[in-house]
Amino acid sequence: MASEAAVVESGQYLSFMLSGEDYGIDILKVQEIKGWEEVRPLPDTPEYVKGVLDFRGIIVPIIDLRSRFNLTSVEYTPTTVTIVVAIELNGQSHVMGIVVDGVSDVLDVSEGDIRNAPNLGSQINTRYIQGMVNFDERMVILLDLNKLLNPEELGVLDIVS
Amino acid sequence: MTIDMAQFHQVFFDESFEGLDVMESGLLNMDPGTADTEEINSIFRAAHSIKGGSGTFGFTEISNFTHVMETLLDEMRDGRREVTAVAVDALLRSVDVLREMLKAVSADDTIDMDDVQAQQSELEAILNNSESAAPAAGANSAQPAADGAEAITGWRVVFRPLPHMMRTGNDPLRIIQELTDLGDVKVEGDASLLPRLAELDPEECFLSWVITVNEALEKSQISEVFDWVEDDCELSIVPIVTEAVAEQVEAPEVESAVQASEPAQPERRQGERRAEDRRSPVDRRQNDRRSGGGASGSSSIRVDINKIDGLINMVGELVITQSMLSMLGEDFTIDRVERLQDGLAQLERHTRELQESVMQIRMLPISFTFSRFPRLVHDLSSKMGKKIELKMSGEQTEVDKTVIEKIGDPLVHLVRNSLDHGIEMPEVRKAAGKPETGTVHLSAAHRGGNIIIEIRDDGKGLDKHRIESKAIERGLITEEHNLTDQQIYELIFQAGFSTAEQISDVSGRGVGMDVVRKNINELGGSIEIESEMGKGSAIIIRLPLTLAILDGQTIAVGDEIYIVPLVSIIESIQLKPDMINLVAGRGETFKLRNDYLPIVRLHEVFGIESVKTTDLMSGLLVVVEGDGKRCGLFVDDLIGQQQVVIKSLEANYKRVDGLSGATILGDGSVALILDIPGIIRLSSQKYSVADLKQSA
Repeated sequence: MASEAAVVESGQYLSFMLSGEDYGIDILKVQEIKGWEEVRPLPDTPEYVKGVLDFRGIIVPIIDLRSRFNLTSVEYTPTTVTIVVAIELNGQSHVMGIVVDGVSDVLDVSEGDIRNAPNLGSQINTRYIQGMVNFDERMVILLDLNKLLNPEELGVLDIVS
Repeated sequence: MTIDMAQFHQVFFDESFEGLDVMESGLLNMDPGTADTEEINSIFRAAHSIKGGSGTFGFTEISNFTHVMETLLDEMRDGRREVTAVAVDALLRSVDVLREMLKAVSADDTIDMDDVQAQQSELEAILNNSESAAPAAGANSAQPAADGAEAITGWRVVFRPLPHMMRTGNDPLRIIQELTDLGDVKVEGDASLLPRLAELDPEECFLSWVITVNEALEKSQISEVFDWVEDDCELSIVPIVTEAVAEQVEAPEVESAVQASEPAQPERRQGERRAEDRRSPVDRRQNDRRSGGGASGSSSIRVDINKIDGLINMVGELVITQSMLSMLGEDFTIDRVERLQDGLAQLERHTRELQESVMQIRMLPISFTFSRFPRLVHDLSSKMGKKIELKMSGEQTEVDKTVIEKIGDPLVHLVRNSLDHGIEMPEVRKAAGKPETGTVHLSAAHRGGNIIIEIRDDGKGLDKHRIESKAIERGLITEEHNLTDQQIYELIFQAGFSTAEQISDVSGRGVGMDVVRKNINELGGSIEIESEMGKGSAIIIRLPLTLAILDGQTIAVGDEIYIVPLVSIIESIQLKPDMINLVAGRGETFKLRNDYLPIVRLHEVFGIESVKTTDLMSGLLVVVEGDGKRCGLFVDDLIGQQQVVIKSLEANYKRVDGLSGATILGDGSVALILDIPGIIRLSSQKYSVADLKQSA
């Protein structure tokens, strides 16, 4: 692994469940995993922005990934977690939280295992899919957080000019 | 043991810059002819300590230069020399030069010795001037006799700068101008070495000059001018004796004919550079500040000793309370709960006081920013030939240090605009029936939770139609726009917008107003323009008082908790049926004493579904004021008052209309802080309530 450190895509990924599917995100971007707790809703925001939360003294927006992916929303359960991630945009670090059904594992992924996302036609947007990887017979979709939580994609951040 | 002197440098620079400010304001207060000993003394002291300090730290250029200033001041102080306008002006310019030197040294740059030298010789000229005219004349007459039998009537100087000379920061034009100061000078340029435009490197010098000085001077007087470029040029200084004059004039004639009609490229560039140089020093300083802003790194702050003493007292109290509480906690029984509560209340009080004192440390009077304006107005008005009086009020208004640092440049820009575009020339003013002297009023005041800074002039005001046509021309708006006057004025904040007919080096390049607004928005403030054709205009800047903590009222709407800044709250009332009116069937208003104010239902503005009641009678109405407008916020309940720490929503999210930030409550949950002016705007958009009362 260490010798492949230069390759961006290989490394450890945190996998989580969302509506029965497995997804993975770059573990280095994860700040904290915490149980779901009530957030303070914000007025005049897209449906998937659940609200804001105090995370170590800063205010972070919380995004419901189910709602972001247009999946049916479910009641939050004790296994529902908020993954707090930090992404880098225009040289500035932004901290955000994503709500998922539950975290499952930490995966060691090497570059060779990663397959490109298939072209699913115009119906399904694969822009923020970094790749796919097979792990114990499970298909894990690796998400590119920078793209997923990108201001233009998300429409929530004012682009700092 | 060696002491690292560098650790004291910052203190020296801080003190020196303060000293310079003292000198500058002292000089500006000085009336030529009448020497106020006290004033001169304080200027002298400032100069003296700069000299002493720079000597200690080994900045010899600075101490040498200051020494000359000091000599002049010393003579003034002793009454040996009259305080003339010329001398004061020269001293003012010297202060600028000194500031540049200090800035260069503190940034580890090289000092522009050209400026320094020029200024020093100016000072020396003043010093020598009235000391006695006799010795100078004596030296002059002695020189030619020693040089030779013939009477020298002038000098012929061939000055051929090496191509790289301008890179060393030396400007041939300045040298030539310095020569012209010596007396009657004829300059002929030689452009024969000038390459074609395509091959021309604008940073190199291809010209050379033959300069005839028709004045019987000492050779040293001329060579002194070239002191700084000796190594960067070919120079010959040949005396012109009486009989030689005829042939000397003949020779360069041919070249000069070509030269005169065709000003060469580098020279034009120099001309521009001169223009740049001639911009007021304050101007240049501002540029420096802008460019050096990021590099300044560590900064220090001077705090009133009383504030520190207060802080130390507070910490002492806090320690006592803490030890009391820990004693109580050692063997705590339930019957002592009352003492515990007392102790905790005390702790809370002390913590709050401590917090306030700490915040106080960051607060500085705005005079730190205002103090540069008398000089700016003094310089610019004389340069533009206008008569302008600057009035200032509210200089003692305390604002956050960050505001002081960031508001300076925008203010300079706005004041310059007022001077340049606002105030008319004396004749024009007279013809318009106004006093010849225009007034610019700079004021600062606390109002509500804001600091209001106003720049008001009695000049010609903004020309609405000009802005309009310019905006149409630039395609910003269309012919059939429906903009209000206010919105038209706001167009001047667009990048690159300028209606100035003539671009001066003071303003008019259309750069800046957008930057001004950006800077002010960054501080969480807003900017407004009031203007009346022919009467004058005013720029009003509103800034939040502190940037970190505010006193808030927590209110509840359904399950949501919001914070209303206490300063925006006028009162809270329970409505009675006879107070409510419906305007046009939907706009709800209520009567508060003699005013009719709109009701803003917070749950509607924010779309809260969990609201407890929509019946106006059973909730509460919080009467708030923002941006001069008042309204009643309909809420479920008032919870309590507390100080809250403002956290930014923008840092990780974005600006949300109607909210100025968020805070974290005691139970760890987040509460949103309302932006009252924003909410009033939002609700008037929603209901288009046109009759929001304008308060005086």
